[in-house]
Amino acid sequence: MREFIDGATAVARGALDSGCDFFAGYPISPATPLLLHMIRELPKTGGVAIQAEDEIAAICMCIGAAMTGGRALTATSGPGISLYSENIGLAIMGEVPLVIVDVQRLGPATGGATTPGQGDVQFVRWSTSGGYPIIALAPSSVAECYSFTRRAFDLAERFRCPVFLLTDKEMFLSMSTVEVAAYESPPVRARAAAAATPEDAFIPHGLAPMDALPFTPIGGSHIVRFTGSSHDEYGFLTKNPVAIGRLNEHLRCKIEDHADEIDFARSDLQEDASTLFISYGITARAMAEAVLQARTAGRAVSSLTVQSLWPVPEAGLIGALCGLTCAEGVERVVVAELNHGDFRREVERVIYRWAAETRRRPLQIVGIHRVDGELITPSQFLEALLA
Amino acid sequence: MTLPNSFFTTYRNERSYPFCPGCGHGLILNQLNRALIELGLDPKRVVIVSDIGCQGLGDQYFITNAFHGLHGRSIAYATGIKLTDPDLKVIVLIGDGGTGIGGAHLLNAARRNVGLTVLVFNNFNFGMTGGEHSVTTPLGGITATTRDGNLERPLDLCATVAANGAGFAWRGTAFDRDLAAVIADAMRRECFAMLDIWELCTAYYVPNNEFSRKMLEEMRVALEMRAGTVHREARSEYAHAVRAAGAEHSGQPALAPKPIAPHFASTLAREFRFVIAGSAGGKVRSLARTLGEAALLSGLWAAQQDDYPVTVQTGHSISELIFSPREILFTGVIRPDALVLLSEEGLRMSGRYLAALTGESWLFTTPAFAALETPARKVILDFDAAGVGDSKKQLALLLAGAALRQLGLFPLEALEEAIRRGQRGPIAEANLEALRQSVLIADLPANPRS
Repeated sequence: MREFIDGATAVARGALDSGCDFFAGYPISPATPLLLHMIRELPKTGGVAIQAEDEIAAICMCIGAAMTGGRALTATSGPGISLYSENIGLAIMGEVPLVIVDVQRLGPATGGATTPGQGDVQFVRWSTSGGYPIIALAPSSVAECYSFTRRAFDLAERFRCPVFLLTDKEMFLSMSTVEVAAYESPPVRARAAAAATPEDAFIPHGLAPMDALPFTPIGGSHIVRFTGSSHDEYGFLTKNPVAIGRLNEHLRCKIEDHADEIDFARSDLQEDASTLFISYGITARAMAEAVLQARTAGRAVSSLTVQSLWPVPEAGLIGALCGLTCAEGVERVVVAELNHGDFRREVERVIYRWAAETRRRPLQIVGIHRVDGELITPSQFLEALLA
Repeated sequence: MTLPNSFFTTYRNERSYPFCPGCGHGLILNQLNRALIELGLDPKRVVIVSDIGCQGLGDQYFITNAFHGLHGRSIAYATGIKLTDPDLKVIVLIGDGGTGIGGAHLLNAARRNVGLTVLVFNNFNFGMTGGEHSVTTPLGGITATTRDGNLERPLDLCATVAANGAGFAWRGTAFDRDLAAVIADAMRRECFAMLDIWELCTAYYVPNNEFSRKMLEEMRVALEMRAGTVHREARSEYAHAVRAAGAEHSGQPALAPKPIAPHFASTLAREFRFVIAGSAGGKVRSLARTLGEAALLSGLWAAQQDDYPVTVQTGHSISELIFSPREILFTGVIRPDALVLLSEEGLRMSGRYLAALTGESWLFTTPAFAALETPARKVILDFDAAGVGDSKKQLALLLAGAALRQLGLFPLEALEEAIRRGQRGPIAEANLEALRQSVLIADLPANPRS
């Protein structure tokens, strides 16, 4: 049995199946369909969806809702991420479980409202002052729009941080055929409830290992103090450098120290391949088609579909470089994306460090970049393979 | 703590205020404490949402829940909190600065009548950052950024929220003896209740303007802004109203999958790229979706990618369809196998498709574009001459139906079923009739050129 469905519907269904019960958003092409889905669907499940007065209010409402026990979702596009950015920092600082769908369109500024782009990769990673890490997943099929939404909600609960689902106009709005059996349903954990301790012993902002971080909603069984200012474990403002340093290191380490449990990528390796294609999202579909055509024509090629952009799947990338045999490995890496090289920077960083550490000659890394509003085509990959 | 509510003799914790000598903030917070004592609420069911500025420190001196976010956004966080737990008592502390940068949230919360008690700590300037002017600085007021006197008319907060549907608006000072009673009264009401509380900033506004407690009243009279209860209005509280409206839909199935069981057969052996180029309002995208579903009904895979300008009812509308016996990876169309051309606007945006057509390709269009130079096999269909009713409105379906019959991608019965499946009543009937007519005309002599 198959379904004819777009990414927006798959994301909405993934959110509903994850127990999402709060949505606030502001209309913006091409993210609006998710607002419409949630406005229509959430009342059916007892949740609340609201069209806010602007993007800033939308993310504020989500943060307030999340800290009151809601499982919150919002959706926007690049211009909206600009308006979200200060509150993305607040969600990081306040350890708010929150899923943000960024349906990328061509920038900068208003750019192309109905035109696909992948130019927000570095933007979402560095949107907050201080540069604290976030998590970002990039589905490259409609089925993944569903399963990655579930993953995003689970990661948001586990790490209590904003988790981005980074997609684009074509993945979100184009209709695709999906085998219903191909929808994966990764588990979405319940919010970790704080134990019923005496009030004096309750620590709302403990720096314990992530799986044990307790949560009490505002209005729940404990008094909760939430703040965007540097604070101690009880949520009181502090100027104590020890307490501030410990909190800020925690915000970084809780993700970086667990990166290998979060990151993922799908490799499709071929023996004797000297070229490795790397891509993600909608562009990974052209890559898959190019790989199929190349191999049909007798050309060996490997590919890596990056599924978590943040954290960067470093082990998966190095593994793909080594190839199947790890004897010769690939000589050339082609990174394709609808921007000026957002993710290529990360590939270069990982490969150059790996080459330095293992005393190898750095590989050739080239980019296929497109910012004219058109998709990168399979032919562009094949031309790069023959170049 | 399991003490009954009446045992709360204070909602203050043991911390002492950090405010400057003579600052009004402590006075207001003391009155808030008295109001909370009077109401005897469970502190776990109360949340104080504070803004940025000196009042933003205020939430730390209470035993209730506290939420301290970003500048100007307190009302928006509070709205999210109230929507999630409508029976919580939500108090917002905000300065005059916050009402400026967060003006949109103030207006919209009033308009919605969200059940918040908003205490505006209005001391006519930014106390925390060095005494800059705010939206409420009086005309002529000296501040760090209005050194020759303020030229901007001060915002009348009460009149603003009153004009926009707030349930309650009140103006007074931090020195008012009835302030605690007013706060308690506001909290008892389930409505957007804003208290514009005027006070002294002894660090900046007082010394810069030789300002005093007595001058608060004189200034208010001079500005012709009313004191006491400025507005009262009975409206339903927003968070409860949203919940009540949503409850009508409760229990309905949400977004269940709609799998399509194939029960027609297609002999298509390779990917076939089918582009429909027309104008907005020409039913291009809805037809493409129906064609995609028809392909699935025939056991094929389908993909549909649309291109259109930001305008809704004008301009071009193009749908790229791919039909395939296997999974479709790349969803773009570089070279159409068939182009269905409907209109001038479609033609304008079809340059790259036309340029890619070969002698193997097909072009289906109307006599208006008969002169187009193309190596493709051209099928010109004149529905007007054939006397097909409503041929303009149904052109997309007429041409696509004829093309399907010519190309044999999948059975027309599958398209008929997709129409019945996706559309209701008269619309489905009109479309089915158009499809029958398109098939009829496809039997008329056309002039395919190969």
